[in-house]
Amino acid sequence: MSDHDIERDEHSGTATTGHEWDGIKELDTPLPRWWLWIFYATVAWSIVYWVLMPAWPALPGLAGETDHTRGLRNHSERANVVAAVEALQASRAAGYERLRNATIEEIEADPSLLQFTLAAGESAFGDNCATCHGAGGQGFVGYPNLNDDVWLWGGTHEEIRTTLQYGIRAEHDMTRFSQMPAFGRDELLSSADIEAVADHVLSLSGLAEANAHGAEIYDAQCASCHMADGSGDRAQGAPNLTDRDWLYGSDRAQVIQTIYRGPYGVMPAWEGRLDDTTIDALAAYVFLLGGGEDATARPTGQ
Amino acid sequence: MTDQQKHSMAAPGVQRSKAEAVNASEARELYSARQQIYPKLAHGKFRFLKWVVMSIALGVYYLLPFVRWDRGEGAPDQAVLVDFAGRRFYFFFIEIWPQEVYYITGLLIIAALALFLATALFGRVWCGYACPQTVWTDLFIMVERFFEGDRNARMKLDRSKWSFDKAWRKIGKHVVWLLIALATGGAWILYFHDAFDVVQNFFTGEAALSSYLFAGVLTFTTYTLAGTMREQVCTYMCPWPRIQAAMTDREALNVTYRYDRGEPRGAHKKSESWDGRGDCIDCKQCVAVCPMGIDIRDGSQLECIQCALCIDACDDIMKKVDRPTGLITYETDDNIERMNAGEKPRYRFVRTRTLVYAVALLLVAATMLTALINRSELELNAQRDRNPNFVVLSDGSVRNSYNIKVINKASEARDFNLVIEGDPAFQPRLLGANPDTPLQMHVGADQTQDFLLHLVLPEHAVDDLREPLTFRVVDPVSGETASTASVFIAGAR
Repeated sequence: MSDHDIERDEHSGTATTGHEWDGIKELDTPLPRWWLWIFYATVAWSIVYWVLMPAWPALPGLAGETDHTRGLRNHSERANVVAAVEALQASRAAGYERLRNATIEEIEADPSLLQFTLAAGESAFGDNCATCHGAGGQGFVGYPNLNDDVWLWGGTHEEIRTTLQYGIRAEHDMTRFSQMPAFGRDELLSSADIEAVADHVLSLSGLAEANAHGAEIYDAQCASCHMADGSGDRAQGAPNLTDRDWLYGSDRAQVIQTIYRGPYGVMPAWEGRLDDTTIDALAAYVFLLGGGEDATARPTGQ
Repeated sequence: MTDQQKHSMAAPGVQRSKAEAVNASEARELYSARQQIYPKLAHGKFRFLKWVVMSIALGVYYLLPFVRWDRGEGAPDQAVLVDFAGRRFYFFFIEIWPQEVYYITGLLIIAALALFLATALFGRVWCGYACPQTVWTDLFIMVERFFEGDRNARMKLDRSKWSFDKAWRKIGKHVVWLLIALATGGAWILYFHDAFDVVQNFFTGEAALSSYLFAGVLTFTTYTLAGTMREQVCTYMCPWPRIQAAMTDREALNVTYRYDRGEPRGAHKKSESWDGRGDCIDCKQCVAVCPMGIDIRDGSQLECIQCALCIDACDDIMKKVDRPTGLITYETDDNIERMNAGEKPRYRFVRTRTLVYAVALLLVAATMLTALINRSELELNAQRDRNPNFVVLSDGSVRNSYNIKVINKASEARDFNLVIEGDPAFQPRLLGANPDTPLQMHVGADQTQDFLLHLVLPEHAVDDLREPLTFRVVDPVSGETASTASVFIAGAR
């Protein structure tokens, strides 16, 4: 094209595109050279990338077992993840080894082991336990708070570990088991009797007036597990009825309902689902949430 | 009259060059390829000053990593070290933790303000003397001159056909360039690990991958930026030439052609009178020595890095034609106008602009210095556990838990005492504490340690309790103390 066909901007000397909008013309400014060269370089690089890395979907059979070209580097993000997980487990093995058979006292006395235990425990707790017990182990109605000093089945390091391992009312031969009758649903007590006994139970912690009729029923129906003074029995997982902790609620209606239906709280047995080292970490972590009893005892059941 | 004839009649020793400014407006086309610039060697006080600055700058850069500074057992003994793995920055007696990065921020602000101030006073002195691009380009041109000769020889060599002579000069130049580039990239990584170890590991193939990567990248950038791109970096890549237009003004000292003295310019015969004409004999030595390839006589322009080499070149010529030096000189725009009008030059270094920069610079520097002098070697953070917010125990007492983080920046391990200032009924239990010293916290040298603290308030009877308290750690030996406020909560869901 000869020069006179192209309109040139008087000021900059650059050609125009020939387009015009209400007297405004567009300069045909060329792309900067450096930009063009980088663009070409990225095009060239993409070809290198196709050769080296997985890039293209492939017809079945053409690229081996997968449905895409694998590239010369045979790169696989899945394989990397597997390797990374294995490397991580290997790096943690030493910590778990030290945790094994350590008493809480020993764990506490070693800052690095304490940090390891809390980190490993918190992580496993978040994955497995937080669904029922809450992210901080604070519990919900029917699911015990693990931070306090109330333990249905015992709060030593060993007892916590046993509970974790075998569960409560779980499908395991060694599971902790007991059952509170459903006094109302199974028509063992009348509604009036249930209300009376509920008042008696509430009176044990000063939340209601004393109820003589309720006390009589309590002695006949409840005292064998919850003890005559209401202090409970950990051997049967029978809660202490005199303390401030109410697993199923302290409202009169909640207590009546609890007696009516007979709660049957289930905690799974974690043996077989989690490896022993994870259970070690969880037992120590739950203990260290603040309510554990007797830090000098060694965990067993391993 | 031809150039040749003019030349023969000029004063002895006066050289003339056929140099045209690369940015001359008629030569400017968007797609025109870069014109190679062949800067001629200048001689004079500014050239000398530039050699001195270059020696100091390069000397500091290459040798500083090898300077040692004893910090005691277990701490690195390199005077300047950015220790990413250990998360520390060491600068002689200063040691900075990652959370103290504001010291670096302060340093950068000080550097920026100093740059503004220098620009307001003396134009682009940073660009002309101290910018790494200028320093390394100068060094690379020196190497080029060593192998290929000065301006005319280099131009001739580039025009000539390939020969053995041309080949060894070119190869020699590029090999030395690459070696300098490698030393530059190599010196960079010395600031991030122990320098002596890195040097050894680098050549035995045992250094970290990142070391090779960064050394490689910086080798490449040094070679291309200082070797092949040169003035294009300043003109097209660097934002500073654009910013400096706002920083300088009519009263800043800039490298300037005194048109009041120089015009009308023209060739001058030795016998000719100087009456009725300017001092500029249009020999274009100022253009020939310019590393940016521009003509200072076109006025101030964004390409000019104010390296002052044209001053040296022009002064040289002025002496030879027996005219006063300083036809090109550090001068202000205002003064040149004044002199053009026959007035005396006036200099005002104290102006609103320079005052504001100087005051801001002093303020920031004083603030940072005060912060550095009063820097504590002990820090304390307390994070209350909010999940659960509080725990009611079986007897009705309430427990809060706190994660207490103690940072010991001293170079020895210390035992701190924890003091809880608040309700005297608080029963503390510090996990991991020795029963004999239940509130003692042991923190290793130069370390951060987390502690778990349970606080129990017995027989809690109030709903919605929100009790403020203060944690304080005390170093019983030095008396150093740090405290942080927190709160004890009960009943508020």
